[in-house]
Amino acid sequence: MISVQDIYKSFGSLEVIKGVSFDVAKGEVVCIIGPSGSGKSTILRCINGLETYNRGAITIEGAKVDPEDRSIVDIRTQVSMVFQRFNLFPHRTALENVMEGPIFVKGVKRSEARDQAVELLEKVGLAGKFDTRPGQLSGGQQQRVAIARALAMRPKAILFDEPTSALDPELVGEVLSVMRDVASEGMTMVVVTHEMGFAKAVADRVLFLESGTIVEQGSPDEVLRNPQHPRTQDFLHRVIHPMD
Amino acid sequence: MTGFFTKAGDYLPILMDGVFLTLIVTFFSVILSTVLGFVWAIMMWSRIPVLAGISRTFITVIRGIPIIVQLFYIYFVMPEVGLNLTAVQAGIIGLGIAYSAYQAENFRAGIEAIDRGQIEAAHSIGMTDSLVMRRVIMPQAVRIVLPPFGNTIIMMLKDSSLVSTITVAELTRQGQLIAASTFDNMTVFTLVAFIYLALSLPLTFLTRHLERRYSQS
Repeated sequence: MISVQDIYKSFGSLEVIKGVSFDVAKGEVVCIIGPSGSGKSTILRCINGLETYNRGAITIEGAKVDPEDRSIVDIRTQVSMVFQRFNLFPHRTALENVMEGPIFVKGVKRSEARDQAVELLEKVGLAGKFDTRPGQLSGGQQQRVAIARALAMRPKAILFDEPTSALDPELVGEVLSVMRDVASEGMTMVVVTHEMGFAKAVADRVLFLESGTIVEQGSPDEVLRNPQHPRTQDFLHRVIHPMD
Repeated sequence: MTGFFTKAGDYLPILMDGVFLTLIVTFFSVILSTVLGFVWAIMMWSRIPVLAGISRTFITVIRGIPIIVQLFYIYFVMPEVGLNLTAVQAGIIGLGIAYSAYQAENFRAGIEAIDRGQIEAAHSIGMTDSLVMRRVIMPQAVRIVLPPFGNTIIMMLKDSSLVSTITVAELTRQGQLIAASTFDNMTVFTLVAFIYLALSLPLTFLTRHLERRYSQS
């Protein structure tokens, strides 16, 4: 469904992605792990057309992702994104945040969009927070609204960019459990994360990225329990035993 | 003191003619400066180098030239290249253009205060730039821009007196004319000062009221 073919990306003279290729099949959950600065987030942002790339090709169901072309608007309605810092619209309530895309981008009727938003917020466990603005919500609640906002577009895939990295530790679980539910319904997901537990439990495939290249990939069992490459071993050791 | 009020009664009808023109010039130049200022701000925000460059150059030039000189230029120089404007038209255009540079900076500050992440989130659900502007940036920028916008309007009301220099018979000009013929500077300019104050106070209160309303919501 999502195809990333030999992508290169530089910021000025700094090359952050050096020939990354991978495919994501329909319904597949792919977790991208790796040290900060390895280019994980940049790849996601390229898939969503928030960044341009210098070489290679990204396609969504055959349609090329080109941030400078009008077609990007259409592609983005099919692939939603959830951000590290939630990025909710602070001047709108939780319900309005979820209704915004369907009404103004897809032209869904207000009453219909409202019913759908109510249903989605209930699904992410925020039934009592319809009229609350993001400023009054905890980080975990905000991120769940953001997931509902992404789902409201009825996307074919959702990209998660470190969705729990900005959360207090006790709020991580509620967000991960919503993500697990979304995955269990067959949503295609690409998740950049440091949550190895989530990757082990939910991912179909794990990519380990370092310095802009995929060092190792495979099933969670292969990559997380039995990594072959020394750099993967070293990274996982440092994540699991940070005090060593 | 009774003398003041008697004379004030004589001068006020003439000054009121001036007030009418002051309000006309202020009203239309505020509209012109707002529209133009918004255009400059959007051009800067567009990140299209040519548009941003034009906008920035224009603002720099306009801000570097005294408003009175800009008014002279439009009223006295433009006819030489075939553009004849009435004094009121020249005044409105001159003030409108001059203040569009300040309005642009107000608007730009409002637009840039909106967190980049929100704009990306809006893009990521398929919003076009114009939709992002209308649904995400504008509603939030309004409350940021409102206080400086209110101040700008008050400044424009006062600076409309500058168009007296290009023969527009607005409040200040009418005052000068009466003072010149009666030598009663004290009464005339006291009245003129109070009239400007009376005109600007409602604007001040309105701005404060709107600020309060927006800061609550």
